[in-house]
Amino acid sequence: MIPFLLRRLVAAIPVLFGVSLLAFSMTHLTPGDPVKIMLGERATAEDVARLRLELGLDRPLPVQYLSFVSRALRGDLGTSLRSGQPVAREIGDRIGATATLTLAAMGIAILVGVLLGTLAAIQRSSAVDALIMMIALVGISMPTFWSGLLLILLFSLTLGWFPITDGGWSGLVLPAVTLGLPAAAVLARLTRSALQEVLNQDFVRTAHSKGVAATAVVARHALRNALIPVVTIIGLQFGNLMAGSVIVESVFARAGIGRFAVNAIMARDLPQVQGIVLFAGVIYVVINALVDVVYAAIDPRISVR
Amino acid sequence: MSAYEPMANPAPRAWRRLWRKPGAVLGGALVAAFTALALFAPVVAPYPPMEMDFRAVQQPPSLAHPFGTDDLGRDVFSRVAYGARISLQVGLIAVGIAAVIGTAMGLIAALAGGWLDGVIMRSVDVMLAFPGILLALAVVAVLGPGLANMMIAVGVSAIPVYARTVRGTTLSVMELDYVVAARSLGAGHVRVALQYVLPNVSAPIIVLATIGIATSILSAAGLSYLGLGAQPPTPEWGSMLSDARAYLRTGWWMAVFPGLAIMIVVMAFNLLGDGLRDVLDPRTR
Repeated sequence: MIPFLLRRLVAAIPVLFGVSLLAFSMTHLTPGDPVKIMLGERATAEDVARLRLELGLDRPLPVQYLSFVSRALRGDLGTSLRSGQPVAREIGDRIGATATLTLAAMGIAILVGVLLGTLAAIQRSSAVDALIMMIALVGISMPTFWSGLLLILLFSLTLGWFPITDGGWSGLVLPAVTLGLPAAAVLARLTRSALQEVLNQDFVRTAHSKGVAATAVVARHALRNALIPVVTIIGLQFGNLMAGSVIVESVFARAGIGRFAVNAIMARDLPQVQGIVLFAGVIYVVINALVDVVYAAIDPRISVR
Repeated sequence: MSAYEPMANPAPRAWRRLWRKPGAVLGGALVAAFTALALFAPVVAPYPPMEMDFRAVQQPPSLAHPFGTDDLGRDVFSRVAYGARISLQVGLIAVGIAAVIGTAMGLIAALAGGWLDGVIMRSVDVMLAFPGILLALAVVAVLGPGLANMMIAVGVSAIPVYARTVRGTTLSVMELDYVVAARSLGAGHVRVALQYVLPNVSAPIIVLATIGIATSILSAAGLSYLGLGAQPPTPEWGSMLSDARAYLRTGWWMAVFPGLAIMIVVMAFNLLGDGLRDVLDPRTR
């Protein structure tokens, strides 16, 4: 197990290198002079020269890159132009909000998705199956910035059940449902097809013919096998939820990393944007590596040696 | 039998099979209606999409304004109709960028092999390290907000899927007997790519592109909602929803209709794409 974990983490290094290169080169890929963009139209030549020196943009590119990476490894993501705060601390202040939202959405997605998918697979080709698959199609096609507004319209403005913006745990319900809905739809579809495939296999028929109760067959024999691909997709969905939090945080005005990213892009605060890009990329690569490890742990067919 | 065995002419058979799928037919019909709405927006829309009327601000749906009016007295139905143009444009351009660049990358990686394959596929891995809309956000961060940059951003972020699929399919096509025979007779990379590989990868590309239009429209509307794509007063569905957020209490119709349009169009392309996948993609047959 441990060697597999190490090997998987080592395999992630080239991608992490690429992610850092991408984040670094953002400053230099920007059309025009990044310093002038950061300072705005009215900046004096002196200010431009001073900031360029401050950011080290006068040094050769490889030197700049190495100092960027070595600072990042020490947890220094530079200083925000707008607030003058260390970018790493600004991200740290907002991790909690985004992590809570993402995990709550994931929980909803797993619960709703696996439940509906199982129901559809058991009731194959019935009206229930058709209805669930239709709901899933709507869930996949509905943009979160719309479903969020509709939920606010219904549950906050009309029924008054939940606050519209940040308000502790009750303020988490609507954003988490909004963010979790598309993932639930994906998981429902996948659970259904995976479970149907397993239900057609010999060992399930054997269990049935042995006289095992239908629910026990599904719960104890089929679902356990069907969940293996589902776990992989849950891991991949985690990244999508992270990305989706950008929009959901804006809809519900939550102070998380997603909204922070949008504001940073709007203000063209390059140190902030670079820091967020590096952070998001690294987190996702690490999560994917962990998913692979979990996958290997639960599926005996994958060799962990 | 290999999954990529060529058929005499698979197109007519695929069409017949597609016609027998109610979901795909519904999707196709909705796509056709959406395209017609985009093309004939000036004819369909009762008002110019940016015409403000301060005597008719935030009117609920009525005969004169079927979808109501917004906070500036603009006709929501007309704006939704013109919004179809932008969404269609974004979908086609973004998918065009992604499919052309991604296919080229996949072909080159598979045919050249060696270090070039390594470099191309590692950069694809890096792009895949940013899920969903994040890569598009990064591209917008570099290029700056705006409609054109948004199309580029959404297109670039979809490149990896095409590159991976085309590379995989190309590698398996190269193993086919008649391709090996052609290569041993001296057919070069370009000839192999154009004559043997492209016809075989066209089916998965068509499927990916159809579903890709749905994804692109969704991402683009999302970026515009965030204020990073189309800018006001452009009648774009995402930015219309962004405007509507401030008026939820007094004008629900401003939030309902543009979102409904996005959902229907995205669903239409998803349905059509699923149907095409069933009839065209040999792996799922």
